[in-house]
Amino acid sequence: MSVVISVNGKEELLSAVTVAELLAARGIVRAKGVAVAVNGAVVPAGSWEHSRLASGDQVEIVKPFGGG
Amino acid sequence: MAPDTTRNVKSDALVIAGRGFTSRLLMGSGGYPNQQVLLDSLKAAEPALVTVALRRISLEAYADSLVDLLDGFVLLPNTAGCATVRDAVLTAQLGREALATNWVKLELIGDRETLYPDVEQLLRATEELVKDGFVVLPYCTDDPVICRKLADAGAAAVMPLGSPIGTGLGIINPYAIERICVTSPVPVILDAGIGTASDAAQAMELGCDGVLLNTAVAKARDPSRMAAAMRGAVLAGRDARLAGRIPKRTLAEPSSPQLGLVGG
Repeated sequence: MSVVISVNGKEELLSAVTVAELLAARGIVRAKGVAVAVNGAVVPAGSWEHSRLASGDQVEIVKPFGGG
Repeated sequence: MAPDTTRNVKSDALVIAGRGFTSRLLMGSGGYPNQQVLLDSLKAAEPALVTVALRRISLEAYADSLVDLLDGFVLLPNTAGCATVRDAVLTAQLGREALATNWVKLELIGDRETLYPDVEQLLRATEELVKDGFVVLPYCTDDPVICRKLADAGAAAVMPLGSPIGTGLGIINPYAIERICVTSPVPVILDAGIGTASDAAQAMELGCDGVLLNTAVAKARDPSRMAAAMRGAVLAGRDARLAGRIPKRTLAEPSSPQLGLVGG
């Protein structure tokens, strides 16, 4: 059975075990300016390493953009 | 003597939630032609705070961070575009994590065409975020009643609109803004609708404690020049407010002596 998560609104097969691995796969290793929420709750950068992902998780990865 | 050397900045600081700012101009960072123009404009404006939005990163390409570009400016994350309390609260929490600040410009949009705030949800989100330890600066309608309710709910400042976001229509209800300034127990920041320098000066003359603007500079033909104009306008408007304008009269009153006229 395949394990699917949603990342920024897009479904994908889960290949990462932790939030840190999910970010690293996208070239994000530096925490500065990046914030992550899983299922509506912020996961602080200090917890990325041991925060495990599970099937059905809704992940949001954001950063600052220009805005008013 | 240059005006800036006579100005006692320390005694006229903008104070929000116990934090003092030497500038009364707040700037947005959206919609600039490019990052260099944004940077040049912010340098010319010397803003107290610079607002930024939180958005999903592009999953394909991780571009450089705006945080590095705006190093040295105090950033204020916003909840722009949020239409529910839940989304606004989560966006505020993400902004706190991303920028290591508990300050937030709270936006809760109730209508897509005018971008008017949904004040009912705005109040609830303000209460929730204040409880969560945030310094909340809500973008709200130009209504003295909702501004008072927001202050009662713990907002650190209120930010009534001059006119809808991005319109450049200026302050369409000066009476309401003036009433808010008279009655608000917290600082009043005029937010949205500024079109040109005189609008910013007018906001300060009406009694606002500060002005937040974005499009008027970002979309000007020469953004950094307009940014400098806005900086000057906020200073001029503040000085005029403190100096006290003369009462308006319906008939002329001569400035020159009435006696000793030639041929009299």
